[in-house]
Amino acid sequence: MNPQAPHDLLFRTLADPTRRALFERLCRDGEQTVGALTAQAGVSQPAVSKHLAALKLAGLVRDRHEGRQTHYTAQLGALGPLIDWTQQMAGFWEGRFDKLEDLLNRMDQ
Amino acid sequence: MTTDTTPQVRSVVIEREIAHPPAKLWRALTQPHLIAEWLMANDFVPSVGHRFKLKGEWGGVLDCEVLAIEPDYKLAYSWDFDHEDPAYALKSVVTFTLTPTDAGTHLRMEQTGFRPDQKQAFGGAHAGWKSFFDKLEAVLERAA
Repeated sequence: MNPQAPHDLLFRTLADPTRRALFERLCRDGEQTVGALTAQAGVSQPAVSKHLAALKLAGLVRDRHEGRQTHYTAQLGALGPLIDWTQQMAGFWEGRFDKLEDLLNRMDQ
Repeated sequence: MTTDTTPQVRSVVIEREIAHPPAKLWRALTQPHLIAEWLMANDFVPSVGHRFKLKGEWGGVLDCEVLAIEPDYKLAYSWDFDHEDPAYALKSVVTFTLTPTDAGTHLRMEQTGFRPDQKQAFGGAHAGWKSFFDKLEAVLERAA
């Protein structure tokens, strides 16, 4: 197993602007049907469905069938590998700055 | 900011109001025994081009090089972490900026960089990445 494979898939999947726009829309507006997504995507429904299938493969969306409709929701957890280091570092620096302030309080002018 | 126009680069910004004057804060940022008290054990020397190491309690060692020094105002150094697993490796630059205020100092820390595995993956992507991530992070913060 190549440990980088999931990252590669994530990046490749999000590199397509139409797909990225679909994912952004799901992040912003919550669950949507394929029809609702198609209405604003500027591409045909088969194209939207194909993009959604790619997003699903990358774990970025989840689908739910209800009657004849398929509803899609964004899976924000799949973005973990992308946001990781900045969030980790933000937590790290906040903690260090607490220690810095403690130190300054103990230091002579 | 120039760094924000480079799509593959991501940054962390932490800002804090410090109730101490810039000169005092500067000492804490640039004197090795003081750096050790709040950040990590180190062999820092306040001289541009000086290479030093920051040693974490967890055993990790960061490779650093002083990039900019403007007393009481700005300090920048590289902050690189080599690791065989790219998920842990990091190449970045840390910049501290001190601005005097009525109550003391406004401290701003910006860490800008990328993980090596992301560099390649980001290479072919468009300029839309940066705003995309900004938006996603806003979404994630609200969702948290």
